[in-house]
Formats: sequence, structure tokens, C-alpha cells
Amino acid sequence: MTRLHDMGGRFGDGPVVPEAEHVKFHADWHPRALALTLASGSLGLWNIDVSRHARECLSPADYGRFSYYEKWISALADLLVEKGALSREELAKGKALGASDLTHKKLKAESVADVLAKGGPADRPSNVAPLFKPGDTVAARAFPENMIVTGGHTRLPSYAAGATGQILRLHGSHVLPDSSAHGLGEAPEPLYAVAFKAAALWAHAEHPDDEVIVDMWQSYLAPA
Amino acid sequence: MIRSMPHDHSDHDHPHSLLPPEPALRVKALETILTQKGLVDPVALDEIIDTYENRIGPRNGAHVVARAWSDPDFRAALLEDADAMVSEMGYYGRQGEHMVAVENTDQVHNMVVCTLCSCYPWPLLGIPPGWYKSDAYRARTVREPRKVLAEFGVTLPADTAVRVWDSTAEVRYLVIPQRPAGTEGLDEAALMDLVTRDSMIGCGLAKAP
Repeated sequence: MTRLHDMGGRFGDGPVVPEAEHVKFHADWHPRALALTLASGSLGLWNIDVSRHARECLSPADYGRFSYYEKWISALADLLVEKGALSREELAKGKALGASDLTHKKLKAESVADVLAKGGPADRPSNVAPLFKPGDTVAARAFPENMIVTGGHTRLPSYAAGATGQILRLHGSHVLPDSSAHGLGEAPEPLYAVAFKAAALWAHAEHPDDEVIVDMWQSYLAPA
Repeated sequence: MIRSMPHDHSDHDHPHSLLPPEPALRVKALETILTQKGLVDPVALDEIIDTYENRIGPRNGAHVVARAWSDPDFRAALLEDADAMVSEMGYYGRQGEHMVAVENTDQVHNMVVCTLCSCYPWPLLGIPPGWYKSDAYRARTVREPRKVLAEFGVTLPADTAVRVWDSTAEVRYLVIPQRPAGTEGLDEAALMDLVTRDSMIGCGLAKAP
């Protein structure tokens, strides 16, 4: 395990508590935190991989005790300072202390529908040719870690690290989060859905026929 | 060249610790500073909230599922290229840019999770429910999906395999639940009412008519 967010397969979390479909938020500040995060994203100072990494970089103590939207809002404050949009002094004083040169990027109410409808696709043309085809046996990298940046962002969950599985489908070529989260370029490469038998992941699988499918970039995989 | 992380901070170095610790005040403070700074428009925030409270939610996904149940050509096209089909229905958007539809059968029951964060197909299902974002769901679903299903009141036959999809990339999965028995005469609108949000995540079954 590299960081606390990488929790797939962890023991001890207790029951899952279903809830009615009409429940959207659990506190008045939740929708505000969501909207503030989305609107700030429109300033164009970071991409989705950078923002995920900022949440993962909360200290383990904070990650463990913060609720979902507290993680969002705290990582947002960290990113706004890291990218120079706000100063530490402004956070401490609770007010703006100078003009911003980013005001032209402010998300306008009339643009919200278009921005949400447009989304942010992650598929890109790539000069990395697919090495695998559906049915091929592959092994996931042994280290669930970023191979370029020590302690950096990766989307290889630790429970699947080192496991052997089969290529189920090729999704096309997508931006590589391990690079994109660190300002090192999008580095698009083939992305696959890889099927792992439960018994390849767990000492005591619930059922011999069950599988976990994990989306994995080509550089996470080796022939096996 | 191996790079090191330039900004791995301890608790007290994180800028967020300068904000009030109570989350409602924390959000309020950040909104105030960003608004004063001219970086956020509170009216745009209202618009985002209204979108996810009132316009984008699981009825979108239910529409897709009911159509797949009713129209074999659409079903085939959806399983082949979900992006094209949901776009045609006006359901493309943020956090649903790369959709894949997976169909439940007597042989395979699909479930969706995001163990690393809480990735979810927003344009089709809205914002994720609390339990989907919980540590318990994220941690347990890949290891013990049948125990998790039991907590939703679902018990699968022993000869049905569970396939759990961990959304580790920007691909988002929509589960097409099995069409309930006794629904042969129902039209698309009536079928939609049987499609629950949980059934499209794979944590429930469609309702009986």
C-alpha cells in the first residue's frame, strides 16, 4: 500500500449502508463544496489527475477522518495555493488580499450547462502500439507505485499488483495518470480492461468463478 | 530519471489547515475568498447544484436501460458502443466521457466500484450515493462482493459468477440489470420505473412490476 486511498480489499470497514435514491447530499455545505470544486476546476490550473493526486496527498490522518466533501474542499484549498491562485495569507485571513490575473477564466453561470455537457475526454491518439489483445495472459506490475515519481500518483491498485490476469478488452489509448498528475505530459498509451480471477487476488475468494476487472494502462502490464 | 515529490507535506504544512476546521465554515471561507478574488461566481455555483439536484440523475440511466430492454437493435448497439448511444440520447458529459455498458445475465452479475476514489457515471446516474463513496464499499466490494450484495438484500444463485469492475481509469460502467419476469407487455416508460439506481451499479435488481 502506498497511500491510504488505495483501500481495495482492506478488512475492517464494517457494513455498507444502502440509502434511498432521492438522498443527494447529507449536509447543506455538501452541494456548495461540490460546486466550488467544479467551478474552480474551470480556471484551468489543473487536470483531473492532478486533483485526484491532491486528495491522495492529504495526510493519512486527514484522509481517514475527513468525509468525502471535506477531502474535496481541503485538497481544493491546497491546489489553489500550490498553483498560485490564492495565497496562504488569504486562507488564513479569510479574505482576498489582491487582484487575480485569472478572473477572465471564471466560470459563468450561462456556461455551466455547456461545460458539464462537454466533459473532459481522456482518449488521445498515441504512437504507442497495443502489445496485447483480448485473451492474452498478462501480469500486473509488482509495485503499485508511480515508476517515474517517487510517491507519485498511480492508478494501479495494490490488491492487483503482481497478479496474473487476462486482457478482456482494449479501450483505446488514454492519458497516463502517472505522468499527467505531475505535469510531465499526457503520455497516452493503450488502456485495457484486465480480468483477474478472485483466487488470483485473494487467499480466500468468496466464489471460484468470481472476477475483478481492473482498467490498466499498457505500462502497468507485462506478458505472462 | 526518477523524480521526487516536491510537495509531500506534513499535516501542518498543508494550506487547508489555515482554513477553519469545521467543514461548513471551511467551504464558506473558501467561497468568500474565491468570490472576492473574482475567480468564482456564486450564481454559477447555484447553477451547478441545480443541475445535479434536479436535472442529472439516475432517471437518465433508467431511460437507457428501459430502451435496451425494449429495443434489441439499441441493446446490441449499446453493448457495442455505449458512447455513441448515450450521446444520441443526450446523456454524454462530465464523468461519463467513456461509457461501457455491461449486461447482467443468469451466468454473470456485474457490479461497479472505484476502490481508489469514487469514480461514477454522473451523466447517467447523477452524483454518487453516500455508500458508494464510503470506505466500506470501496474496500470490500472487490474482495467480498457477495457479502456486500447481501447487505443490499441480494442473494445470487451459486452458478452466477460475479464480475466486479474497478473504475481505475476514465472509463465508466453502466450495469444493464436483468429485465424482470412478467414485464412483456410494458412500454418503455413503465419499464423505466422498475430500474433502480442501485440496479445500475449492480448492487440491486430491477423491481418486479
